[in-house]
Amino acid sequence: MAGAVESLVVTREVATHCPYCALQCGMTLRAAPEGRVEVTPRQFPTNRGGLCQKGWTAAELLDHPDRLTTPLVREGAELRPATWAEALDRVTEGIRATQSAHGRDAVAVFGGGGLTNEKAYALGKFARVALRTKNIDYNGRFCMSSAAAAGMRAFGVDRGLPFPLADIGKADTLLLVGANVAETMPPFARYLTEQKARGGTLIVVDPRATATARQATLHLQPTPGTDLALANALLHIALGEGWADEAYVSARTSGFDEVRRTVASYWPARVERMTGVPVADLEAAARALATAETAIILTARGAEQHAKGVDTVTAFINLALALGLPGRPGSGYGCLTGQGNGQGGREHGQKADQLPGYRKIDDPAARAHVAGVWGVDPDDLPGPGPSAYELLTGDEMRALLVFGSNPVVSAPRAARVEARLRSLDLLVVSDFVLSETAAIADVVLPTAQWAEEDGTMTNLEGRVLRRHAFREPPPDVRTDLAVIAELASRLGAGTRFTTEPRAVFEELRRASAGGAADYAGVTWERVDAEDGVFWPCPSVDRPGTPRLFLDTFATPDGRARFLPVEHRPVAEEVDAEFPLYLTTGRVLAQYQSGAQTRRIEPLRRTAPSAFVELHPDLAARLGIEAGDEVVVTSRRGEMRAPARLTETIRPDTVFAPFHWGGAARANSLTSDALDPTSRMPEFKVCAVKVQAA
Amino acid sequence: MNVVVVGYGMAGSRLAAELRDRGPHIKVTVLGAEPHRAYNRIMLSSVLAGKVRERDVEITEAAGHGIDLRPGVAVTAIDRAARTVTTDAGDRIEYHHLVLATGSRALIPPLSGLDREHLPERVAVFRTLDDCRRILATASGARTALVLGGGLLGLEAARGLAARGIATEVVHAVGHLMERQLDPAASAVLVRTLSSLGIAAHLDAMAASVAADADGVTLGLADGRELRADLLVVACGVRPETGLATDAGLAVERGVVVDDHMRTSDRHISAIGDCAQHEGVVSGLVAPAWEQARIVARVLGGEDPFAKYRPLPVVTRLKAAGIDLAAMGTSAPVEGAEELSFADPARGTYAKLTIVGERLTGAIMLGDNPSVGAVIQLFDRGTPVPTDRRALLLGRAIGVPATTQAESPALMPDAATVCQCNTVSKGALVRCWRAGARSVDDVVAATRATTGCGTCRDAVEGIVDWLSTVDSSASEVAA
Repeated sequence: MAGAVESLVVTREVATHCPYCALQCGMTLRAAPEGRVEVTPRQFPTNRGGLCQKGWTAAELLDHPDRLTTPLVREGAELRPATWAEALDRVTEGIRATQSAHGRDAVAVFGGGGLTNEKAYALGKFARVALRTKNIDYNGRFCMSSAAAAGMRAFGVDRGLPFPLADIGKADTLLLVGANVAETMPPFARYLTEQKARGGTLIVVDPRATATARQATLHLQPTPGTDLALANALLHIALGEGWADEAYVSARTSGFDEVRRTVASYWPARVERMTGVPVADLEAAARALATAETAIILTARGAEQHAKGVDTVTAFINLALALGLPGRPGSGYGCLTGQGNGQGGREHGQKADQLPGYRKIDDPAARAHVAGVWGVDPDDLPGPGPSAYELLTGDEMRALLVFGSNPVVSAPRAARVEARLRSLDLLVVSDFVLSETAAIADVVLPTAQWAEEDGTMTNLEGRVLRRHAFREPPPDVRTDLAVIAELASRLGAGTRFTTEPRAVFEELRRASAGGAADYAGVTWERVDAEDGVFWPCPSVDRPGTPRLFLDTFATPDGRARFLPVEHRPVAEEVDAEFPLYLTTGRVLAQYQSGAQTRRIEPLRRTAPSAFVELHPDLAARLGIEAGDEVVVTSRRGEMRAPARLTETIRPDTVFAPFHWGGAARANSLTSDALDPTSRMPEFKVCAVKVQAA
Repeated sequence: MNVVVVGYGMAGSRLAAELRDRGPHIKVTVLGAEPHRAYNRIMLSSVLAGKVRERDVEITEAAGHGIDLRPGVAVTAIDRAARTVTTDAGDRIEYHHLVLATGSRALIPPLSGLDREHLPERVAVFRTLDDCRRILATASGARTALVLGGGLLGLEAARGLAARGIATEVVHAVGHLMERQLDPAASAVLVRTLSSLGIAAHLDAMAASVAADADGVTLGLADGRELRADLLVVACGVRPETGLATDAGLAVERGVVVDDHMRTSDRHISAIGDCAQHEGVVSGLVAPAWEQARIVARVLGGEDPFAKYRPLPVVTRLKAAGIDLAAMGTSAPVEGAEELSFADPARGTYAKLTIVGERLTGAIMLGDNPSVGAVIQLFDRGTPVPTDRRALLLGRAIGVPATTQAESPALMPDAATVCQCNTVSKGALVRCWRAGARSVDDVVAATRATTGCGTCRDAVEGIVDWLSTVDSSASEVAA
């Protein structure tokens, strides 16, 4: 594996970052006895020395018995070990056969928000240049797409946090909407502790009294699917009290009048009835936000994973703009990115409609620039393709290559996705364990893990970070970059690809230059020397940009755009047959589809299995006791898991974590209604019934 | 299809928006007698209070896309045979379907000295934006005001005037305020609350006469008393505006009679909002009017030609600085009902819930009631009430957070998780101590406790303190 590891193999200690969430906690890897790798937290501006159990135990997967150490190919019902030559032959033959029979777009690529910038970039280029398919999207569509679309249309750019994390700890008022950071990124909660210790007000909007909500000064507990109305009511109240920052609105924004007229119809008593949040609490929240010296509004998946997710985020952005928050130091609006490279992963071209540097694939200038860097004719670049769920369930795809994702567990209406993947002529999965998706593949390619590769990640602040390799991958394991380059070579585009992450990053810098997410001035050396570099950074002699929007927004006229948005009902309301809302989410000791964390013993001990959370009153009516196996059924499927009773959930709502597959797969139930703009599925609410098993 | 909507209030403007959203194949003409943009009537009391300006009550309009809005145009006649309406400008407009959303007008009681067609100076009703302007014009120099009528609208007007610093008296003919929604006990608490806001209430006070002059207005009561103020607002309820329908020969009782599809006795004409009477009920509230608009839009848009209106539960809400009142369902005693109540008149809190067969059939909540949002939703949706009735009556009905108070380390079970982020139990900390750790840093290094979110730091320090105390006392004993 020449070149996979730039840092010296003999290195006994490297400073790198956690493989999991977008907080990208700084950590140090050291050699420990018996060939083990020891993880310790590192002082870094994001995690400030903190680390959760997932991070502490991250190295346990490196030499885990479940680790894939050789390619696998399907032989009837079985996957059997194979050589790389055989596996790659099978892949290239399958691609060629599919393309010649069904056309280029019949081969699709599905990426992931955990891939490094270099891999995400190479994957997008591979799809457009080597496969020449329009069909590429990634699991970030299920994660960040609503916030991204809303940010783009309001600010002209989408960087999760347009300010450094440190601002959050200093905000006088902090509004968290649908964010359970105490479980999803625990060291982030240090900022909440700091914020409260300074006398700040923490407001949490969540249908569940989560570990995060229980720390709040004020917890608003709305009916699932009503966050948009809640935001409009907060703005209604703020305007009624004269709290709008009129000077800011007139100097820095456009479109306010229509928003004012729209929120006029969201008087608090109406919204109280829709949300169940008392008027007095709405008023207290509006007051705390509007009268604070500095205020920050943050949304996360709870507000975004809806068929109206973009409009819901827009409603909160409207509120932030009316109060004059974005672009004011110490204040602002942001979203909390989920996956490790959820930010960088959505900037460099693995998204269906996008080219590197956050460029639009249907923009002729963008196509010309990127085609120039890639050395191809702009007319040869495919156009935009369908979004993740539409790609995974559509008719066009006959072969699929999956990198860094486990859609059999993580996609909505997962049974349908699974059936579609099983029906393919060719399914190729690159992973380091046999995930549920890998298990149904025709070819499985064993890939390097985070401690075995160099590259960059862009965290939730838009800070480009360096991932340093600590050791070589096992002998028969390759990096994704090597696999992509080899496949490209076999498909006749080999000269355009490299296995070297540094060379890929250098090319990414050129490809992103002049784009919204401009990395032209970011170098690996600067990243190490400066504790990361915030994009945009258009040249090496200029600093990065920790705070966006201080003077202008990235829109054509430099003004942030207000957009009127109306509440609409959830795609699937409860009814007599399916009388309960289901909402899904995470637990602290598991990550995403659980393919990694379910295999780590200490995490499995902490969170051994899925569960269904019910209010005791609901359980009593259904004749269910704590620990009883229950069946949850929606129009799309069912899941089984033990009941967990808690008063922290509304009696009209049940909760299930989505980290498990098989019978306990929460996504068997979830809705495939999509947001009209972002194509985000409505993961966070659907109608179900619950019975004792 | 050509749809003509008569009336551009809350119902008519909503219908125009609903129709626009259902596609361009419907051409909509909206004729509104009031010469304004669409506005939110609910917010007029805030205008009265001086909290918002007129432009702040404007609501979004369904302009363009085949929508022809004509504010300031009144309809004078309907020709059902020709399917046209005639406007006060003399235009005749054809329709395929006509929707009456004419609303209601203020009811003016027969009092001597009060000409219903020409209210004297210093006397106003409170219904439209123009009414609001009229009140404000008079109120600008006023120090005192009378409000005739202690229903929801009267109290809204009163609190708006009081918020301007005007000493306001409410005159109500019945023995308790908002008698359709409240019981006497709730009214008593409300009277007290109003008083703290500068609003006095005269109950059982039947008005008999009005005499206005240049300096003020005098309200004569049936018992001979006379009340005098700078301004009188008459808020004695509303009456559906049915003149056009009656003249056109449609079936009209208290309102224009409609079926479940909101159709009048002429199948080419519908009626919605305050002017419509469905199953004998004229609602007079926004929520039913909007639902009716949605039904008509679904029928006319072809989305569901058989869409039926089902009456919504009625929730009355009065919320302003210092007042927080929600009333719903019946407040009268029900056979076999469970009744829960709580009253703290000194602090202005009153709560009464009526439960029949696990369903909430009525509620009054006045003052500080954190469960009001949950109560409204339980009533609205007919879902079963919580087993713990106290939570519903007195606190947050759902999601009661677990207490986060630090437990005494001695009493904490060994299995209790102290550090959630790293799953460290009290037992693990104790074992760590027994194995030789002697400081918080030692314990943290060995167990990883506190290294995640850091919120358990105090608890871990507490346990280490406790362990060192226990150990030293144990060694003293041993010594």
